[in-house]
Amino acid sequence: MGTISRGFSGRRSAAEAKLPPGQYLTTDFPVLSAGPTPHVPLDRWEFVIDDGTNVLRKWDWKSFRELPTETITVDIHCVTRWSKLGTSWEGVSLDTMLRDVKTDASYVMARSYGDYTTNLPLKDLRNNQAWIAFRFDGQDLAPEHGGPARLLVPHLYLWKSAKWVRGITLMQHDKPGFWEGLGYHIYGDPWREQRYTDDQ
Amino acid sequence: MWRVGTVVAIRDETMTARTIALEVPDWPGHVAGQHVDVRLTASDGYSAVRSYSIASAPSSDGRVELTVERLPNGEVSPYLTQELALGDHLELRGPIGGWFVWRTQQTEPIQLIAGGSGIVPLMAMIRWRAAAAGSAPFRLLYSVREPEAVFYRGELQALSDRSNSVSITYAYTRATPKDWPRPPGRIDATLIATGTWPSNLGPTSYVCGPTSFVENATDLLIVAGHGRESIRTERFGATGERK
Repeated sequence: MGTISRGFSGRRSAAEAKLPPGQYLTTDFPVLSAGPTPHVPLDRWEFVIDDGTNVLRKWDWKSFRELPTETITVDIHCVTRWSKLGTSWEGVSLDTMLRDVKTDASYVMARSYGDYTTNLPLKDLRNNQAWIAFRFDGQDLAPEHGGPARLLVPHLYLWKSAKWVRGITLMQHDKPGFWEGLGYHIYGDPWREQRYTDDQ
Repeated sequence: MWRVGTVVAIRDETMTARTIALEVPDWPGHVAGQHVDVRLTASDGYSAVRSYSIASAPSSDGRVELTVERLPNGEVSPYLTQELALGDHLELRGPIGGWFVWRTQQTEPIQLIAGGSGIVPLMAMIRWRAAAAGSAPFRLLYSVREPEAVFYRGELQALSDRSNSVSITYAYTRATPKDWPRPPGRIDATLIATGTWPSNLGPTSYVCGPTSFVENATDLLIVAGHGRESIRTERFGATGERK
């Protein structure tokens, strides 16, 4: 145990038991972004899967929205320490989008409008763990929350769920994305509290 | 790694915000704009952690100042602003963050835009520029609810009175000083035109405040011709439109 804070008792609730270490519960939906919010018109939106050299798959908004969708209810955890339980999304599973992609790559870099990037192991995008989400709480996803569409990878800290996502690049080797190059953890598992670069 | 700081000074900034000065042994130093995690621990081991921006300029003497605004339903900020006293110990981790920072090697004009307590990391930049005798041209557009809500009032006044220093434009959203020329309201295109660097000077802008404030200010900057890559943001709080 660390230093005791004289006169501090804190606020505990039953729901805290469901939270990863060091998180607190919020019912709001705070926003964390490094720069201005991009406003991406749907008629210019596209999503590309490439291997750094060749385009492997590509969708415009219309063909993306023709893909089968799923309703997802998940807990989300931000590295700035808020968690939100039971959030409801609609999106397309990455399993669907990666179905015809044959690759020996082990990692991906997710890329966004506005030039944000974040890296993930490819296996974290497969097996019903990741989606391209375009609705939140029954409504079109607002631009400040990543609309028209964002990556949703709820088992990792939310900075991995790239807002305004425009594609993923398959990579043989892992390399840091935007926040990962600025002091944040390369993987970001909230249950192991992997917040910063030097966390185990 | 967590370090234990000792509270060596406390200053009230407004009715609801106070500055806490800490002496932290082995403090590794920080860059203007970074934040720390603060951990409070109850006697039964329960702990709560929140992030707070560093208000003080980088220094080598192990002194770190945080300014904390009390949130009505907060868990940590009421303790820090009402209970914490001189001589108490406080656990810190950091400094954290490599993006929303200003370094003296940057010579381009700097535009700071603060909403409410969003002034805190920007104040670290202003203080660092003054302490390091930096020459980058600085402007601050500082939006507050009312005159009584201004942090660091005397110090900002003294700094802006110096030659070759930061030039400050205040904006009030609820109540203005007597005879103030502009009615209360949020930042608009006119204020951006008169209170900030024009885009052709190639400034870097740092915008910090509540989410809706940052969204509005950055949209106005982009309309005024600033490239999105020249704008860095730090947002806090909820969007307000969804519960």
